[in-house]
Amino acid sequence: MIFRSILFEGSDEGFGDETVAMPEFFVDLNLDQIVDAITSSKKDYNLQPFFLVSLKSVEAVEYRHEIMRELEEAATRDAIRSFAQKMRTMREYLRLAAKAGHKQNSQGWFLSAVEVYCGAVGDLLRDLRPGKSRGLSGFIEYLREYQASEKFLSLLAETRSVRDSLSSIEYCVLIGRDHNRFVVRGYDGEDDYTPDVERTFEKFARGVARNYIVKFTEWPDMNHIEAAIVDLVARLYPETFQSLDDYCAKHADYLDKVISRFDREVQFYIAYQEFMEPLKWAGLHFCYPRVSNESKEVESREGFDLALANKLTREGSTVVCNDFFLNGKERIFVVNGPNQGGKTTFARAFGQLHYLASLGCPVPGTDAQLFLFDKIFTHFEREEDINNLRSKLEDDVFRIHSILNEGTPKSIIIINELFSSSAVQDAVFLGKAILEQIIALDALCVYVTFLDELSLLEKTVSVLSTVVPGNPELRTYKIVRRPADGLAYATAIANKYQLSYERMVERIRP
Amino acid sequence: MKALLMFRDRDFDPQAKLPPNEQALTQDLELDVLLGAMGRDDKFLLEVARKTILSPLVEPDQILYRQSILKDCLKNPAVVRRIYNIVVEALTEERKIWGWYDRGDSPDRVLSRAVRVLELLAGKLEALRLVADEASGGFESEGFQNFFAMLKEELSDDYLASIRGHLRRLEFRDGTLISARLQKANKGTDYTLRKQPIKKRGWMSRILPGNQPRQYSFTLDERDEQGPRYLGEIRERGINSVSNALAQSAEHILGFFNLLRAELAFYLACLNLQEQLAKGGEPTSFPVPLALGQHSESFAGLYDACLALKLGQRVVGSEADATDKDLIVITGANRGGKSTFLRSVGVAQLMMQCGAFVPADSFSSDVCLGLFTHFKRQEDPTMRSGKLDEELSRMSEMVDHLTPNCIVLFNESFSATNEREGSEIARQVVSALLKRGIKVFFVTHQYEFARSFYERKMRNALFLLAERKADGERTFKIIEGEPSQTSFGKDIYDRIFQKKPLSVASAAPS
Repeated sequence: MIFRSILFEGSDEGFGDETVAMPEFFVDLNLDQIVDAITSSKKDYNLQPFFLVSLKSVEAVEYRHEIMRELEEAATRDAIRSFAQKMRTMREYLRLAAKAGHKQNSQGWFLSAVEVYCGAVGDLLRDLRPGKSRGLSGFIEYLREYQASEKFLSLLAETRSVRDSLSSIEYCVLIGRDHNRFVVRGYDGEDDYTPDVERTFEKFARGVARNYIVKFTEWPDMNHIEAAIVDLVARLYPETFQSLDDYCAKHADYLDKVISRFDREVQFYIAYQEFMEPLKWAGLHFCYPRVSNESKEVESREGFDLALANKLTREGSTVVCNDFFLNGKERIFVVNGPNQGGKTTFARAFGQLHYLASLGCPVPGTDAQLFLFDKIFTHFEREEDINNLRSKLEDDVFRIHSILNEGTPKSIIIINELFSSSAVQDAVFLGKAILEQIIALDALCVYVTFLDELSLLEKTVSVLSTVVPGNPELRTYKIVRRPADGLAYATAIANKYQLSYERMVERIRP
Repeated sequence: MKALLMFRDRDFDPQAKLPPNEQALTQDLELDVLLGAMGRDDKFLLEVARKTILSPLVEPDQILYRQSILKDCLKNPAVVRRIYNIVVEALTEERKIWGWYDRGDSPDRVLSRAVRVLELLAGKLEALRLVADEASGGFESEGFQNFFAMLKEELSDDYLASIRGHLRRLEFRDGTLISARLQKANKGTDYTLRKQPIKKRGWMSRILPGNQPRQYSFTLDERDEQGPRYLGEIRERGINSVSNALAQSAEHILGFFNLLRAELAFYLACLNLQEQLAKGGEPTSFPVPLALGQHSESFAGLYDACLALKLGQRVVGSEADATDKDLIVITGANRGGKSTFLRSVGVAQLMMQCGAFVPADSFSSDVCLGLFTHFKRQEDPTMRSGKLDEELSRMSEMVDHLTPNCIVLFNESFSATNEREGSEIARQVVSALLKRGIKVFFVTHQYEFARSFYERKMRNALFLLAERKADGERTFKIIEGEPSQTSFGKDIYDRIFQKKPLSVASAAPS
């Protein structure tokens, strides 16, 4: 099989699709923050598009899992990193070659770029060991053939020969006292003067003297005097500079497309691993989820909201992990409980886990079984849009309607505090009606609500955000499976505002 | 090139760390008076004297090496002062040459200052050589003979001429010849200053046709304002390393002058001290150092130089023979000269071990690895600890630094408690020190303590007394004798209350 891409096996799926728009649910699930954090240090690779397209087959996910696992090995990852570093250097040299205003200067940068490229290819093939992944094995095979190809071999040989010839040049510049004229000629064995001076004063040498060497800034380009000197050097050594000319013309298209594509695409894995690293140091876990596009029995242990965790870890705060599972016919989590208690976070984490799984990435948690969805829909409460002619309620219903129209049994729907702006009666009625439709659709769903009544329908599981017993102001951010009762929290919050029965009686004096 | 006037085989290190009890020694032995006389008006002399006196030599041979040099100095004070003045002039004039410190670094500026400094120093080196040529006959010591021989050999006329030759060449009258190679981007690198034969013809002479190698010349446009700067930068890259070498050489030669100044300073300080003591009619003599561990001490006419300097006249000297003694206990009359005696022993020991003469008619002692003092102090002004606490903590700190073959001088130690307790502490301390091969001088009025050692009839203990005549008059002489029970405090009481004139407080017995 011919190797094409380290991200996609076989087909040209996703290839060249650089203009994917960000899916609508990205912002609601804070996936935009996650992708930003993953890709921010690798801007020049433009990795974002890779994170915007989810995979639809279990095989495609496994193809990436294999590669990701192999890249967890330090030796493999180091080989890729070092290759990437060289390729970056190469691109920098090419940029300088394009920018340089002087011919020899530009050709010099081009030659250096090719040298770095040849080295990068050779080193990578030397350092990469074939492992279990189809992707990397395929790439190594490709690289082996490429390196043995006539095209590469002649590139390598000519590069060396031009370089050797340039390196052997040693010339002299005799600079006049007033710096207004100079002579360029070949070096003719004149002695280095410094050792002479050092020898003369050697007898006084003692200990380490201050270093008086002045640091000069090295500019990548040439000023007109440097250019004039190198022009004269070129006249002294015309054959060498002619061969440099020919070389540059002949090898302008030296860069192999598959290797260049690999260089960029493999950063998808590296970036994700670098993103996970500090979170792992903070004690959080990631796992390779089992994915299925058949079974809707999903499960996660010690999962967490990745966007929140990334923020909290940076601040040195602890992250609360949560478990969830859906058994048999269970499809819907109805999330109840105190505000700021982690309900939205739970909903986001559910969506994030599924989305990240669909990218073929490890997901938060120690273990996960996740569903390979076709689409994700979210509806999170937003600020009212005054340009929108519909009322908030109308807007909500309209939005849900379109979700239900587009949704399939393979979709994931995440709804947060729907109808909170309406009267409770309306909200209960509408909520039940919507939930019943989702139930009928048999889609996976997380429904965050302040209404207890919605947790009693079939296929639904009631989960609650919780508080520390006896201290209701302290949230645990733990979400537990428990029927909603609404009482414990009510008493707690009442006490907090001095509105308990006893306190009310005391406060309201006769 | 090494002066080697302080050690036969190594440089004097003015930065050497002083012993940890440096402060206590200075305070207890009143060294500041002595050092003041040695420094006279020169702080530098004073500091070197302090360093030298507080860093005792432990090899009799090293001591004798300095003694013979000092004897030469006492014979030829004018020559020695002349050498010292040349050195000081060199250092002072160098500081007046402005240069790289105030103008920011550039190899050209570094070089031109280095050239000027070296012109100055070459002159001063020559002046030193001339002194060696003229005056070396009057010096007999190994140190001075070697020093003068070195000046004659290392600073020959040929050598001084070769320095001046380099300095001329480094004016670059024929332009600057720089070699270079091409690095990546075809920019020049490895700019190296090359030696060109000095020619009578102009700098362009090599361009004349004939058997010349191929070369191309380039003249900058008159309107090119940047060009000379760019060309100058290439030249500066070329002379960077020679500038560094030259500036470091200048620094090394300055280092030689600095070190020579420090090595002469000790002897200059001794000259000052000798002159000062001689003015008061006090004798000095060169002591005989005995090998480490001999624990013998004998002297005659030993006086407290600090007291003599303070008074400006002769003071009472003492005499003792403590051959093969480890413990010397001094008891007797208050204000009878016990402390003065103890100080004179300490000062003589230090002066002997730094290679100087001693304030005595004769003095001989074994060298010690460290001299320590434990003198009674005023109450701790911070009131952090009681007086006995303070004494014991000082003692404990001293014990951290003690080794066999140290000397400890105790002055009324452990008397901050009642005599019985104090004696017992002192007894235990002293017994332990003797056991560890440490020589002890102990001035005490604690009869019980002194008596306990006296009664042991130890062959290695010597008991001295502050002499008091039958009429109660103190002679300030220290004589051999059994520890006496009273401390003659009554005498003092009587004197003060009867205002009886103090007969010999400061007058010398003649």
